Formats: sequence, structure tokens, C-alpha cells
Amino acid sequence: MTAVRVRRSTLVKAASYLALAAISALMLFPFAWMLASSFKPFTEIFAGRSFLPEQPTLANYASLFQQSDALRKVWNSFYVAALYTALAVFLCAMGGYGFAKFRFPGRGVLFGFLLATMAVPFAVVMVPLFIMMRNWFHWIDTPWPLIVPWAANAFGIFFMRQYMLSIPDDMLDAARVDGASELRIFLRLVLPVSRPGLASLAILFFVLKWNDFLWPLAVLRSDEVQTVPVMLASLQGPPGRTAFDVLMAGSVVSVLPMLLLFLLLQRHLVVGLTAGAVRE
Amino acid sequence: MARHAAEPAALPRARERGRRRAWIVAFRRYRAPYLFILPFFVLFAVFFLYPIGFSLSLSLHEWSGFGPARFVGLGNYRLLLRDELFWGSMLNATILFLIYVPAMTLLALVLASVLHSRYLRLQGLWRALIFLPNITSMVAAGYVFRLMLDTDSGLANRFLSFFGVSPIPWLDDIWWARISLGLLLVWAWLGWNTVIMLAGLQTIPPELLDAARVDGANAVQIFRRITVPLLRPQILFAVTLSIIGTYSLFTEPFVLTRGGPVQATTTPVYQVFTSTFEYAKVGYGAAMSYVYFAVIVVLTLFQFWALSRERPAGRGR
Repeated sequence: MTAVRVRRSTLVKAASYLALAAISALMLFPFAWMLASSFKPFTEIFAGRSFLPEQPTLANYASLFQQSDALRKVWNSFYVAALYTALAVFLCAMGGYGFAKFRFPGRGVLFGFLLATMAVPFAVVMVPLFIMMRNWFHWIDTPWPLIVPWAANAFGIFFMRQYMLSIPDDMLDAARVDGASELRIFLRLVLPVSRPGLASLAILFFVLKWNDFLWPLAVLRSDEVQTVPVMLASLQGPPGRTAFDVLMAGSVVSVLPMLLLFLLLQRHLVVGLTAGAVRE
Repeated sequence: MARHAAEPAALPRARERGRRRAWIVAFRRYRAPYLFILPFFVLFAVFFLYPIGFSLSLSLHEWSGFGPARFVGLGNYRLLLRDELFWGSMLNATILFLIYVPAMTLLALVLASVLHSRYLRLQGLWRALIFLPNITSMVAAGYVFRLMLDTDSGLANRFLSFFGVSPIPWLDDIWWARISLGLLLVWAWLGWNTVIMLAGLQTIPPELLDAARVDGANAVQIFRRITVPLLRPQILFAVTLSIIGTYSLFTEPFVLTRGGPVQATTTPVYQVFTSTFEYAKVGYGAAMSYVYFAVIVVLTLFQFWALSRERPAGRGR
């Protein structure tokens, strides 16, 4: 009887590993195909018989960087994402600290309101916001529409609040007794001890901004200010002859930095992207 | 005595002064937290609350975005009621939701249970591999899927032809295009859903599962009677975001199917985008965003009501 049970549990284990391996392979395959195709000439992408390129070529990358000025677009993406991340992490840390470590009239209502705003999809304000950005702020073709509206956002504040709840009050009070100003306490004490939380949020913001598409497509109109995803969308060419060769090279350029970031820091990222699911 | 007599007259003034001083003291005392949370409320007011109001005025006008606007009252909304493309996009999103969300949620639950097993090694690695697509640009992913699902020479059909399957019109048929879009979405979001469920599982005391096992429950029974009921909050959270996400899809249909064939994979946000930025009907786009938002709110409330109603007996409050 024990033999049967042992054999059965081995079987379940084997099945679990097999299922996980199969699903992981399916998840990874599109990346592999993207990478392999980016080194193939156009005709081979469609008619080729092997997975690896038969006549490997860098022509797709050459065309991407020479004709589409991809380096500039990578820089644009990086610039927007980095600037946004720096600003947003700082302002969200401020907000999170305010909600986590102070009692003040209206705190519950304001925090409830903040949480409720997370359920409002961006598309609700896309049209009026575009008109405001164009006619009043004159921010079309600048990075500002991508950065300013979300510089202090509900998710980031919620995330930092959860993190900062565990900062001991005694530590803050001791600093107050020593005569430190609230701003100084925040900058010199709260920010340094929250470094892991700030790092998680920073990586998360960077990835989301790097991959952002709908709003950049609306507000980045000229060629030289495009970010990488917008460049990809404009690369596709006329219907019927989609330029999959250059597109695959562009996709690799778009995906690779995030992939590396993920492999190095995946624990931070997964924690950030799924925060809020379990409320204590 | 004199002091006593003077008091009634002086009291209101003193109280007034006291109240003002209390207010000032309160402000001084709470200045720091209010200033810390101020940026969010200022930005939210300028870039979200104000536009929502501004959008109402836009939606009552006919406007190309340039030059003078023409007031049309509820004209845009009247047109919208009869707009087959818009309601078609609502239907598309609903069908798409039914195609992929139940399957994805169930798969995520099963995967999370497997990942949660005590004997499983390399949990972090599996989790990372399944999660990977979620950090990928959907523009890039959409193009790769389009390449792989090409009817004539795509990899999927070439692979299936080894088994004698005749070419599937992945992106050229109404229903197959919706299924293909669903596949892309499951690929992109399965990992995220799995991690949500896994986080929920980790809050279930292991003794509960052990007790059930001792009582002779098998894996399927444990899954149905314990795991799923206890993960109700996570399921609710994930499905709510899936509802909002599906009706707000843009990048995936824009890249993979371009809304086609014959508009079968457009979504409400896709319609808002095309009427505003391609047809320059700003007022109409604003009216559309309002109706789209109303539909999402109603659906979310309905889902909360439906899922909280069927709480198992004895567990309810």
C-alpha cells in the first residue's frame, strides 16, 4: 500500500514538473522566435525551414539604427522613463509617508478617495487631457504629458504607505525631540530606511513607462521624439508587406533591456506588480 | 463678581478667537502631513478631475479639435446610442472576456496550487519564467504573435501541418481573431494572475490543508472546497482588473489584428482613439469615453454583487 502511494506521489510530482516545463516553454518561445527572426533576411522569415537563421545577417539591425534612428528612440524612452521614475518615486514616498506615519483630520476619507481613484481607467480622461496638453500647456512632442500627470500616483502612494507602516514611531519621535524639521526627518531618515521599497517601486515605474504605448502614441507626433514602442508601430509599413524583418530587430531592442532588468531584479518587480492583492 | 458678570458678553468673542486659534494650531500641527500628501491631490485635480468635467462640456459639442466648436446638446449621445461600431466594440470586449478570462483565472489557480506544493523545487525560477511576458512591450509581443499566426506561412500553421491540420485562419476569421487575441492576453497575464493567487495561498494556514488531507480529501476536493473558497478575495481582485483591462484594451488589438477582421476585435478604447485621433471627432470621442466609463462601473459593481452574494453558507456575516 505504501508502495502504491509512493509511486502515485512520484507520478504527481513528475506531472507537475512536466506541466510547468511545458508552460514555461510556451511563455519563452515568442522571445526565442523574435530573437531568431531578427537575424534572418525577410524571405527566410517566411519561407525558412530552420529555427536558427540559415544565413544570419545584421542587416535588420543596421536598417533599424541607420534608417529609423533607433538609438535616438532608445534614448527618448530611457530619458522619459528615468525622469518619470525619479520624480514619481520621490513624490509617492512623500505621500506614502504622510499617510503611514501621521494622524490628521480627514486621513481616512482622503486615503479611501486615493484608493478609489485607482479604479478609474486612463482612457476616461484621454480625450480632454489631449486637448489640454495641446491647446493650453503646448506640451505635444515633449516628454511632459507622459511624466507630470502621474508624478504622484495613487498606486505608488499606496505601495509606499504599506512599506512605511513598519517604520518605528520611536525613531521619528527621537529625531523630533532632537529638533529636526519634518522635511529633514523625511529626507535624512525616512528615505534611507525605505530604500528597498523605493527600489521596488522605481523598477516597476521604469518598466511600465518604458512599455507605455497608447498615450505616447497620442502625444508624441514627430519622428524625432518617439519612444521605442511608438517607433515600432510606425515601422510596420504598408498593409500586405509588413516589415517583419526590421520589426523583429526593433522588438528585440525594446524587450531586451527589460528582460535583463527582470532577470537581475525579478523579486522586486514581481512584488511591485502584484502589490495590493493581499491586504493584511 | 465683576468678572462673573462680564462673562456672557465676552464669551462669544473669546470662543471665536479660541476657535480661530484652534484652527491655526491644527494647521500648524498637521501642516507636515498635509504638505506631504498635497502633490497627489493637486495633480489629480488638474489632470483627472478637471478633465472629467471638461469632458462633459466637450461631449456636448461637435468639434474637430481646431477652430470653433458647435453646441449640439445631447446630439453626440443620441448618435452614440445608434452607433453600431461602438456597441459592437462593447460586444467584442464582452466576447473576448468570456473567451479568455475564465480559462486564464482557472489556469492561474491550478498553477498557483502546483507552485505552492511543498515538494516543488525552484519555485522562484518557475514563477519568474511564467511572469516574464508581463514585462514585455505589448507592441513587440503583438508583432511576434502576428508573425507566428500568419495564415499562409506562420509558424503555428506550419507546425500544425505536420499533424495534418489544414491552415487555421488565425487572424483572418472573426472568431479565430478573437481567440488569437485571447491567446496573446493569456500569454501576457497568466503569470501576473498566478502570482496574485500564489500570494493568497501563502496566507492560508497549512494546517487547514493537512487536516483535509488527513480526513481523506483528494487534490481535486481540496482545490474545489478549500483553495477556491479561501482565495475569493484574490479571485475578486484579479477578475475585477480583468474586466477593466479587457474593456480598456488598446495596444493588443491595435498591433495584432488592427481591430479586424471587419471590426471584430475593436474595443471601446480603440473606438475612442480612432474617432478622436483619426476622424478628429473630439466631442464624439468624449461622449464615448463617458459611456464606456459608465459601463465599466456598472459591470464592476455587478461583479462585486454577484461574487459576494454566493458566499458559502456559514461563512457569511
